Amino acid sequence: MTKKQKKVLHRIIIAAVLMVVLGFLPVQGLLRLVMYLVPYLIIGHDILRKAFKGIRNKQVFDENFLMAVATIGAMIIGVTGDGDYTEAIAVMLFYQIGELFQSYAVGKSRKNISELMDIRPDYANIEVDGEIEQVDPDEVAVGSVILVQPGEKVPIDGVVVEGNSTLNTSALTGESVPRDVRVGEEVFSGCINMTGVLRIQTIKEFGESTVSKILDLVENASSKKAKSENFISKFAKYYTPIVCYSALALAVIPPIVSIIMQIEPNWSDWLYRALSFLVTSCPCALVISIPLSFFGGIGGASKDGILIKGSNYIETLAATKYVVFDKTGTVTQGVFEVTKVSPNGITEDALLEYAALAECYSTHPISKSLKNAYGKVLDMTKVSDVQEISGNGVTATVIGKSVAVGNEKLMKNLDVSYVKAESSGTLVYVAVDGNFVGSIVISDKIKPSAKTAMKDLKKAGVKKLVMLTGDAKQVAEQVAAELGIDEVHSELLPADKVAIVEKMIAVKGENEKLVFVGDGVNDAPVLSRADVGIAMGAIGSDAAIEAADIVLMDDDPAKIAKAMKHSKKCMRIVYQNIYFAIGVKVLCLVLVAIGIANMWLAIFADVGVMVIAVINATRTLGIFGKR
Amino acid sequence: MKKTYKIEVDCANCANKMEEATKKTAGVKDATVNFMALKLIVEFEDGADVDAVMKEVVKNCKIVEDDCEIYV
Repeated sequence: MTKKQKKVLHRIIIAAVLMVVLGFLPVQGLLRLVMYLVPYLIIGHDILRKAFKGIRNKQVFDENFLMAVATIGAMIIGVTGDGDYTEAIAVMLFYQIGELFQSYAVGKSRKNISELMDIRPDYANIEVDGEIEQVDPDEVAVGSVILVQPGEKVPIDGVVVEGNSTLNTSALTGESVPRDVRVGEEVFSGCINMTGVLRIQTIKEFGESTVSKILDLVENASSKKAKSENFISKFAKYYTPIVCYSALALAVIPPIVSIIMQIEPNWSDWLYRALSFLVTSCPCALVISIPLSFFGGIGGASKDGILIKGSNYIETLAATKYVVFDKTGTVTQGVFEVTKVSPNGITEDALLEYAALAECYSTHPISKSLKNAYGKVLDMTKVSDVQEISGNGVTATVIGKSVAVGNEKLMKNLDVSYVKAESSGTLVYVAVDGNFVGSIVISDKIKPSAKTAMKDLKKAGVKKLVMLTGDAKQVAEQVAAELGIDEVHSELLPADKVAIVEKMIAVKGENEKLVFVGDGVNDAPVLSRADVGIAMGAIGSDAAIEAADIVLMDDDPAKIAKAMKHSKKCMRIVYQNIYFAIGVKVLCLVLVAIGIANMWLAIFADVGVMVIAVINATRTLGIFGKR
Repeated sequence: MKKTYKIEVDCANCANKMEEATKKTAGVKDATVNFMALKLIVEFEDGADVDAVMKEVVKNCKIVEDDCEIYV
């Protein structure tokens, strides 16, 4: 508890004890009023002060005003009637207990979430004259060498210059698969160094490092508010004045009607009901529990490596009916591998060697996969006259022979009579001195979790799964069939993807939301055009973090369904709280108005609903954490 | 231009009121109060004098909720 909370707690205890003790004293008249005023003022002075200031600043109709009017009214009824002042004190007491609980619960979730996001490094180690010195990460210049001991967090993004180790990336990705790093490899801030000492040359400032970006994103998340959140603010704005006027009407109209009908007007009874009505009406339960639910949802998700930029996206994600995927890097690994080698008259190794040598100067992913498949060190002196023919392939002179490596077009252009191969991957044909020597199939591998991810999405209520790709039709269709994707658009340019998504948005229903999932490479326009753009595998990709609404820190497609399921749960809790709080409030207001419930019940209902709503809201913190 | 300020406020409803008050201040294009993170994010209009605008914001917030603090 904070100092402020402790002070309130002390006031509550003192006032409660005083109230009970006074109950045993047989004092009457003015002295009784003065004695009861002591605990009343102890517990309620700040509320009275706030209410008074509110009136002076023309800000009536807040909860302080409600409480002040209700309790002063109850005191007046006490003076004129039976001398029972405990009701006014009790109302103040319960109100303060409720407020205390609320502030405690909110503080607690704040703490929980900051613990979840406890990835902020406190210091960086730099070496000065052979001595290790701890400095503020903010002060480390780009290009400095920092030292990271086992057990410490990597404070700033950089490249390993000395040492090797295993990193725990779970704080960033939610996955507990350790990653091995060696000299020359890039490491991201926020990972925990587990085994060896690393010397890292920084490539970014602390403020631009991954860890800062993530923290910034999470901390500023709720700047975009969900519709249900805005509804609550609006509701509270109209609700309080309406309740105040209704209370006034309740105090005045029935007695006047009684007078007209020549019945005893019973002023104090109606005044009492009106005051109880005011006590019941506090909208605190709603106003606090809704933002708390979303806050918990966003905080809990970030622990799982799902970063959500605003509570509105939780709402949208829960109503998702269409999911559009990019293919490469999203459902497939984006890493090309040689999957089939079909030599014609030479050995497999020889075929791969010719292809790898001819492509040895290229950095294209296909060339890389050929080199990887060959596996041995390439003697680049054997290669000369390399010519890249854009959209076709490569020709080169390898050990005096002219070698051509490329697609069908290249073979046709060179008049090579090749054997057409059937395959779902990318086909590479190889010719030596104009003779066809074989073909190689290179394909992108589907991510292992992709298939279950699609199934889970369908289970979570998605109507249609769509895949967009720049790849060949055959490749795209085979991937789609294997994963159970409903619709495929292939051979697209980046601009075509935007057009297709726009068309889908135009024809879908208003309440059916569309999600686009990409890897953040070349798809920023689509990410921002969709109702929700999800970028995956975003560690280190600033562009993706910028453009997307939801960022998955690793590249596991199963997280999409997970994020959706959790958003639904979060929304369910939000609606439970809205219906529950409003429902109980209305019920109590009616009971109070017809005289069944008294002020005690009214304050119980108010504080009770709030406590339950807050406890329910804090459940959102947990739902994302579950695996 | 957007700036983020740390704030101190006790209740969620008061936070909403501060948000309203900040939005209505001259020179402020848009504003959001994040009650859970205790942050006030203000988007200023082009060419606005940030210090002067924030003085007004603090004043207006104090009117709607006396018990609040904005760390400018």
